[in-house]
Amino acid sequence: MFGVQGRVVASITLRATMGRKRVFLFAIPPLILVLVTVLLKLAHPPATDWPSHILGDFGFSVVLPLTALIIGTSVLGAEIDDGSVIHLLATPVRRSTVIVSKFVVAAFLTMIFVAVPELIAGLIATGGATKLAVGLFVGALVGSVIYNAVFVMISVLTTRAIAVGLLYLLVWEGVLGNFASGARILSVEQYSLGVANSIAHNTGLNAHLGLPTAVVMGAVVTVATLAFAIRRLGSFSLKGDAV
Amino acid sequence: MSAIELRNVSRWYGNVVAINDITMTISQGVTGLLGPNGAGKSTLLHLIAGFLEPSRGELTVGGAASWRNPDIYRVLGLVPERDSVYAFLTGQEFVRATARLHKLPDPDAAAQRAIGIVEMTGTQDRRISTYSKGMRQRIKVAAALVHDPQVILLDEPFNGMDPRQRLHMMDLLEGLADQGRTILFSSHILEEVERLSGTIQVIVSGRLAASGDFRAIRRLMTSRPHVFLVRTSDDRRLGATLIGRPAVTGVEVTGRGLQVRASDYGAFSRELATLTRQEGIRLRELLPEDESLESVFAYLVES
Repeated sequence: MFGVQGRVVASITLRATMGRKRVFLFAIPPLILVLVTVLLKLAHPPATDWPSHILGDFGFSVVLPLTALIIGTSVLGAEIDDGSVIHLLATPVRRSTVIVSKFVVAAFLTMIFVAVPELIAGLIATGGATKLAVGLFVGALVGSVIYNAVFVMISVLTTRAIAVGLLYLLVWEGVLGNFASGARILSVEQYSLGVANSIAHNTGLNAHLGLPTAVVMGAVVTVATLAFAIRRLGSFSLKGDAV
Repeated sequence: MSAIELRNVSRWYGNVVAINDITMTISQGVTGLLGPNGAGKSTLLHLIAGFLEPSRGELTVGGAASWRNPDIYRVLGLVPERDSVYAFLTGQEFVRATARLHKLPDPDAAAQRAIGIVEMTGTQDRRISTYSKGMRQRIKVAAALVHDPQVILLDEPFNGMDPRQRLHMMDLLEGLADQGRTILFSSHILEEVERLSGTIQVIVSGRLAASGDFRAIRRLMTSRPHVFLVRTSDDRRLGATLIGRPAVTGVEVTGRGLQVRASDYGAFSRELATLTRQEGIRLRELLPEDESLESVFAYLVES
């Protein structure tokens, strides 16, 4: 699927992303998730539906989007910021190869740092491979893909990708998504929860979209944002000296 | 066919014109792009390299437009000014990765050849983060050379280099030009361009101020009107004597001394010594007042 050029881009991206100190940032949210799950499991809280709240609410509205934001905006954004991307773009590699390779690395890393911990926490919280644990895992896998498509695109559009991404998460998904039902149709969190709930069938997840809507909208958003990112990278410009 | 052709190329940002209606042709050999800081040299190189869209005009490299055309990098190598490389890679990994991005049939051999050209074979296994500025510059040149391009663009390649590294880079660029390549490099230092290129393009305030053989332009630069400040034991008497000389176009007595405008730099220098000796005037100080590169460029624009 990748070809030689895609493998080179992916390999450099992986080394650049994992080599930075921010890799510790990726690990903190999932560690907190697993730690809280272990503590709650040991504490035997009276509310029996705590797994869906912790792993659904905290996991899908905090851990997944924040980790995807840090990874998705850094795989290409960091190279654009420091200027090293020029060495990649001054070669005949297709811009679609650059975007797709970096997106795949970002999605893969987010799956490792979020979906796997979600599964581990789900197994601990529910005591085995329950529908909730599997549903959360699959939902997190899907969320890793869609969020990273969005954040890679934002990193091509602006040098303030983290701020713009946070604005989307806090204002659109955090505020509007809770109060305006129309906003949920464009909420990556709801796509992820919709997929998770189609397996878990758990009202505690607060999923507001059905599986067909979540899958179709998730696919449309992923393809559209990646296509837009490819188009914008094709017009990548360097600033010259001021006159 | 010329390697690089610009026809009436302009580039502006809002109301600011960075490149103003430039037409130039650059062929095989070394060409220096000379101009003061902020003149538009980098903007012009970015336009040629396909990293800026011309607001107006036509620009081709090897006969093809460079904007939104990644295929252009099969014949073009770029050494950017910014010192940002993948510092976590070794020099060899960086050049080899570039060779693979070019889909070269034998990337290892191509990388070794390019690293050999810039004489970095002994340090190729060190991480780029441990390299000096000059070594980084050379490894960037190796990456730009790995696919054996016909055209090589270098943005301020001598910045931050010590004199020995500069000489080495100059020899390297001369060697590449001798092999039939087109080398275009930018610089704001006259001596760098003088040492390296027979042909120059002078850019001032986004406009092409002069273009052609370096020696002819250098003559134009040195034969321009010069302003000197002369301090002597009797400024007024010397001024009265100087104003009658053909090489002098103006004299003004100022609080700091005698300001003399000379139309012929060489004739004035020779006559001043003779005149002061004849008149018994003691010459205390002779200072050129407009020797900055900016004033040289400004003169070229006016002429």
